[in-house]
Amino acid sequence: MKLLKKDRINQMTLRFPSRSANEGFARSAAAAFIAQLDPTVEQVYDIKTAVSEAVTNAIVHGYRDTLGTITLTVRLYAPATVEIIIADKGCGIENISQAREPMFTTGGAERSGMGFTIMESFMDGLAVRSRPGKGTTVILQKALQARREV
Amino acid sequence: MNVQYENREGCLRVFLSGELGHHEAISLMARLSALVEDHLPARMVLDLSGLEFMDSSGIAVVVQTARKCQSCGGTLTVAGTPPQAQKVLTCAGIHRLVDIR
Ligand SMILES: Nc1ncnc2c1ncn2[C@@H]1O[C@H](COP(=O)(O)OP(=O)(O)O)[C@@H](O)[C@H]1O
Ligand SMILES: [Mg+2]
Repeated sequence: MKLLKKDRINQMTLRFPSRSANEGFARSAAAAFIAQLDPTVEQVYDIKTAVSEAVTNAIVHGYRDTLGTITLTVRLYAPATVEIIIADKGCGIENISQAREPMFTTGGAERSGMGFTIMESFMDGLAVRSRPGKGTTVILQKALQARREV
Repeated sequence: MNVQYENREGCLRVFLSGELGHHEAISLMARLSALVEDHLPARMVLDLSGLEFMDSSGIAVVVQTARKCQSCGGTLTVAGTPPQAQKVLTCAGIHRLVDIR
């Protein structure tokens, strides 16, 4: 989805350390900010879930056993589209298309390998940019207005 | 994340409430595994009706707990699943492996 800067009506950026205690805060903050676009309950949950997946990935995979900074940016576009950018400066991803496959995980027993699959199916757009040793940026997009003509 | 349980006539019913993400998942998995070992239930019901949020970390919790029950000779049913958690489990195809209601 191509979003134009002239249609941007609001935005916010949060910076926080990669502690798992911040996962709940990050997804709730994103959900609270998009409330001004009057989303449905299901849309709020979809966004909360996708943000939780991306932030958890930065914590669990990006920074693994180290502590780093995660940046969460939420942008609102007229009439009602949301773009969320989650960035880390962690280990990066060697093979992005392999990482995006369902059930692929390099994590432990508490990982299912379904994070990217959920982000993709709950949102309208998912882009992943990553460089090994440099970090990862995930861009999530969702149109909140009814896209079908009545 | 709050965990409560009751054990009646071989059925172990566990109630989860609060949010279930990666931050909660590791200790929850250990807690559920210990409950299965202690009670060796013929039937276990994981009641999610009090869950306010669940992400893919909950998938591993459900799958691991189902495996643990099976290895101890029992079965797992997931009950009271709220729509948000249901959507996550369905997206991952878990309803084909575990009885989810
Ligand atoms: N921010 C990140 N930094 C480094 N690696 C990542 C990042 N996000 C995802 N990955 C890689 O992609 C894989 C798949 O991610 P995901 O679909 O969320 O499943 P899971 O988190 O359960 O492993 C991860 O196991 C990891 O190898
Ligand atoms: Mg993940």
